[in-house]
Amino acid sequence: MIVSVASGKGGTGKTSVACALAQSAGRGVCLLDCDVDEPNAAILLHPTIRESVPAAILLPVVDDAKCDGCGACAKVCEYHALTVLGDRPVLFEHLCHSCGGCALACPKGAIREEPKAIGKVHVGDAGGVAFVSGELDVGEVMCPPVIRQVKARAPRGMDLIIDCPPGTACPMVASVEGSDYCVLVTEPTPFGLHDLTLAVDVVRKLGMPFGVVLNLADIGDDEVDAFCAREGIPILARIPFDRALAEAYSRGKTFVEAKPEFRTLFAGILYGIRCQGAA
Amino acid sequence: MKQLVVVSGKGGTGKTSVTAAFASLMSGKVVADCDVDAADMHLLLDPRAVREETFTGGKAARIDPERCIQCGRCRELCRFGAIREDFVVDPIACEGCGVCVWNCPQRAIALEEDRSGRWFVSETRCGPLVHARLGPAQENSGKLVTIVRNEAKKIAEERGLETVLIDGPPGIACPVMASLTGADAALVVIEPTLSGVHDFQRLAQLLGHFKMRGVACINKFDINPELSERLEKEAESSEVPILGRIPFDPAVTRAQVERKTVIEAGDGPANRAIRALCERVQERL
Repeated sequence: MIVSVASGKGGTGKTSVACALAQSAGRGVCLLDCDVDEPNAAILLHPTIRESVPAAILLPVVDDAKCDGCGACAKVCEYHALTVLGDRPVLFEHLCHSCGGCALACPKGAIREEPKAIGKVHVGDAGGVAFVSGELDVGEVMCPPVIRQVKARAPRGMDLIIDCPPGTACPMVASVEGSDYCVLVTEPTPFGLHDLTLAVDVVRKLGMPFGVVLNLADIGDDEVDAFCAREGIPILARIPFDRALAEAYSRGKTFVEAKPEFRTLFAGILYGIRCQGAA
Repeated sequence: MKQLVVVSGKGGTGKTSVTAAFASLMSGKVVADCDVDAADMHLLLDPRAVREETFTGGKAARIDPERCIQCGRCRELCRFGAIREDFVVDPIACEGCGVCVWNCPQRAIALEEDRSGRWFVSETRCGPLVHARLGPAQENSGKLVTIVRNEAKKIAEERGLETVLIDGPPGIACPVMASLTGADAALVVIEPTLSGVHDFQRLAQLLGHFKMRGVACINKFDINPELSERLEKEAESSEVPILGRIPFDPAVTRAQVERKTVIEAGDGPANRAIRALCERVQERL
């Protein structure tokens, strides 16, 4: 079973919920931290990292001896990552999606692709929870390739809990897609509601079942409740504001460590998801 | 004209609340909401759109079933797994690279523009606002960010406004870079949690990488006073000085629920702290 934990709005408690789910799951679970811009699950789970490997993308390299500057590569590049300046193509790395189109298009066979590391994937273990996280190097821009490499490292045969990046664009989609269920974490405020509606649009488009965890459940208004009731979206849990929880989080403690009774709540959420047929 | 971008690394630290409060306090500014895939500024500023444009940043491939002979070349070459077994393109997985288009022996595939968002120029009680809405699950948020930022700059130039106040996206990747490009300074809103500090450090590295002037403030500093103190000490010797600390104040959420900025919601600890912060930031600009 693969459960992703996402939200439109940042800072609603995705990582806290994802870690609590993983710590409440019993055996055979792996947490994947796919928020590669700002990976924070390790701060809460304190994993022992066994292995860190580079996350690389393929970038075109032009062989000057073979290139005659015809510009076929620049012509096929939809991202304008290659431009012919003078009589040689110049690559703007940050625009390249590593599609391989330029190498295919070059009539002289002058373009080969070479890996370039843009981040790292860490693999380890956190007290019975298997752990894989991705980290984009500072100054790099392409999250989805790193996210896909985190997912590729997930151990087989385990349940996966995926901590997703905020937003509703390509990094969020790359993280969520392929899940059996998506848990959307939000807070009962106008920002929380608005960004939830955007995230709901995405998971509906992806065609997967989902439910809402309402964090800081008593700080704002009732609009998220009303929206969920209207749309028939299950509210899986309500976690009231608790200054002790906020302070514990600030020191790198998970929900379950701060309040052991939460284990029952989160184990119950996973059980409910499993019973819905997301085997 | 100066461009100030409010960023955070970590999401949910209070970027939009701080930016909206600044919008209430500063005169002669245009606001740009560059968090295009979860834009929230319009919820506080109640904009009246005076201009609306479609953003067609992304493309997706479409296979003509009449021409397709299902040879499988496209499936073999597509690196995004976007072509399903039945030779229909999955528009969400498709990154619009065109490899299938150029290499289809039957010329059965074309790229089609995907309507991927809208952007608006609006008038608000706090002056002009440029904002956008990226369609669900769309690519190219960086490109839309650039449009919003450039449009705001244009308005500032046309109307002789002193400041472009930019509400940035979270993270450190593509849309953040697009927000920072061309800005004069960044204000980082830090949350005093271990995650917040970690994310701030990565963002500070990014500012260094860009050689961009950065200043910071700590929001909800009293959630973890020891950590806040440590941050302030470290900041003394760093490139990103901390110009203010905002206390945890339920009035911030209350203001949001009432669709007001913290300044409009009336006097209180957060209101006073943000006023002081805004003055210090403007002095630095």
